[in-house]
Amino acid sequence: MSANLSRTEGDPVEGAASDASAAEGAVTVVDPRLLVRQQGFKGYLDDFGRKLRSGELGSLPVVIGLIIIALVFQFQDTRFLGAQNLNNLFVDATGTGLIAVGIVFVLILGEIDLSVGSVSGLASAVFAVLNVNHGMPEWEALILAVLSGALVGAFHGFFFARIGVPAFVVTLAGLLGWNGLMLQILGSNGTINLDADGLLSQLTNYYFSDVAVAYGVALLAVVAFFGLSFLDSRRREAAGVPSRPLSEIVLRTVFVAVPAFLIAWLFNNFKGLPLAVVIFLAFVIGLDFVLRRTSYGRKVFALGGSVEAARRAGINVIAIRISVFALAGTMAALGGLFLASQLNAANQSSGAGSLLMNAIAAAVIGGTSLFGGRGKTWSALLGVLVIQAIASGMALLGIAAAVQQMITGAVLLAAVVIDSVSRKTQKTAGRA
Amino acid sequence: MIHVSATPVLALRGVSKRFGAVQALTDVELEIHPGEVVALVGDNGAGKSTLVKAIAGVGPADDGAIEWEGRPVTIDRPHTAQGLGIATVYQDLALCDNLDVVGNLFLGREIVRAGILDEVEMERRSRELLATLSIRIPSVRIPVASLSGGQRQTVAIARSLLGEPKVVILDEPTAALGVEQTAQVLDLVERLRERDLGVILISHNMADVKAVADRVAVLRLGRNNGVFDVRTTSQEEIISAITGATDNAVTRRAARTTEAQK
Ligand SMILES: Nc1ncnc2c1ncn2[C@@H]1O[C@H](COP(=O)(O)OP(=O)(O)O)[C@@H](O)[C@H]1O
Ligand SMILES: [Mg+2]
Repeated sequence: MSANLSRTEGDPVEGAASDASAAEGAVTVVDPRLLVRQQGFKGYLDDFGRKLRSGELGSLPVVIGLIIIALVFQFQDTRFLGAQNLNNLFVDATGTGLIAVGIVFVLILGEIDLSVGSVSGLASAVFAVLNVNHGMPEWEALILAVLSGALVGAFHGFFFARIGVPAFVVTLAGLLGWNGLMLQILGSNGTINLDADGLLSQLTNYYFSDVAVAYGVALLAVVAFFGLSFLDSRRREAAGVPSRPLSEIVLRTVFVAVPAFLIAWLFNNFKGLPLAVVIFLAFVIGLDFVLRRTSYGRKVFALGGSVEAARRAGINVIAIRISVFALAGTMAALGGLFLASQLNAANQSSGAGSLLMNAIAAAVIGGTSLFGGRGKTWSALLGVLVIQAIASGMALLGIAAAVQQMITGAVLLAAVVIDSVSRKTQKTAGRA
Repeated sequence: MIHVSATPVLALRGVSKRFGAVQALTDVELEIHPGEVVALVGDNGAGKSTLVKAIAGVGPADDGAIEWEGRPVTIDRPHTAQGLGIATVYQDLALCDNLDVVGNLFLGREIVRAGILDEVEMERRSRELLATLSIRIPSVRIPVASLSGGQRQTVAIARSLLGEPKVVILDEPTAALGVEQTAQVLDLVERLRERDLGVILISHNMADVKAVADRVAVLRLGRNNGVFDVRTTSQEEIISAITGATDNAVTRRAARTTEAQK
């Protein structure tokens, strides 16, 4: 790396020995954080502490929150951390979680989508009507239902991006309108039961019962994580830019491996790896990749940072905005199909109730900022686990839904407070 | 030092722009040659930023023509301006606070390998670019929100150079900078001229203008108020053209002509 760095004027960096002094001087293009990190584990901790103090909390509050919630409920009822309860908790979280992944994209833009609950209900009704009433094959009905969500989302996006109506109003109109359309197409009966052994039902009821599958997937994930980190580090070294030392990669891999195998073990203690969880994780990982590793994702973040800067950089603001709302609609439809799968029916209350609030709350609780420009698809996963854990724990303890709502509301408020305070801290620390 | 080629790389002919009741630009003429630094000066509200936005395609002109290397062109979008080779560094910076330095430098022209952002290559080129420009920044991987105003300015200028432009427009690049960083930016401007780029430098600082510009074009109330050769014009003459003081030869002549016409 010194080959590249030594081109900097008056740069004393030659090897590891002088790195520290370069960092202190802070007069070079060198990243002092990464240089400190290279000193090993302690440097890593120092860096972590520095980030916390400057308000970059990331996923830390929600992870701590999850652990506290788990301990509290486990203390009250030892079934909480049992394989069956945790399995159900994960599977129940997938529908809302998929919707929340779409919300993350919208929040990164600095906008909101209030229609996702109604859109999810509409998609389940579209599926039920096409498949049950009109006898369309399940695959085709499923694809059309998801497409209907994409179309509805693009429709919202058009009014927001092209006409300039505030997103919150467009999607509020959508919340009402699409719910009405759903009631309309469900017809007088109000409930359409789905084929109990059909494809849609399998979405949330199928388990890979062979224990090798869950462990295999966990192993694959861990190996892929390590391999990709290692290759990236090698490429960085070759290109002469700061890279993570092997010790840090190993440490991070351990942090991925422990929960991965723990959860695999847990699933195997019940019925095996649930298909619903596999699909949900695939979307979280796939869309995380889109956000952080593609130029499309970079453009979404840019719009959340400064619309004017994005426009001047030649980014097609309208197209990106419409596409993000279309994505939110797609994910809402998909989530709606998962919820219908659990119910094995589409009915008048599909997509109603606390679903919308839960999906938005999940994204925010998980650490995606309401102020735009910051967020991860993983926050949908973490946030929805928090919400589902509270619901599941309270159901286990026989606490009324009324109390559940109040507590979930309090958790959401706490998350928003953390978001606002961390934003303020970042401002005073010169960030955000 | 000035080797001006016959055809200007960029020429404005009679450019006008109106915002409602405000006539921001009226029949403005401007020529930029390769390897030439033209300072664009004028009082607050004279229309400098509006002119820049017209050239950059951000706020296209209502009237008049723009010629690029002798051909008439229509610049109606930022993309068109970039495609021609016009890079602009705005007064209000136009960086995304939430993206890091690398993300901002390559915004809108990311390097992609097999559909995936090539972060390593972008980071390598960013460091190389910043190093050749002697720009000092603690890390290329922190959000630009955490940089000082001066550092942000240098990032914005560096960003404009990545597209290998032929004309670079700097809107008050030194306004927010300390003495040393101002000197760095001015060095940078001279390096741009050595590379045969045309530079439009908007500045309020006469010392900066005298230090690096070849010609000075004065705007006053949205109109041309003279173009001066920096070497043969005194600072006072330029200032009086800016303020419209009566002892300015150009306005005096203009006033005489209008009187004669009456
Ligand atoms: N977007 C706009 N809407 C209305 N008036 C504007 C706008 N932009 C600039 N103006 C007006 O046009 C004139 C020129 O402004 P500007 O180009 O910003 O001047 P300068 O950059 O030379 O200080 C000013 O009178 C200003 O108020
Ligand atoms: Mg201005």
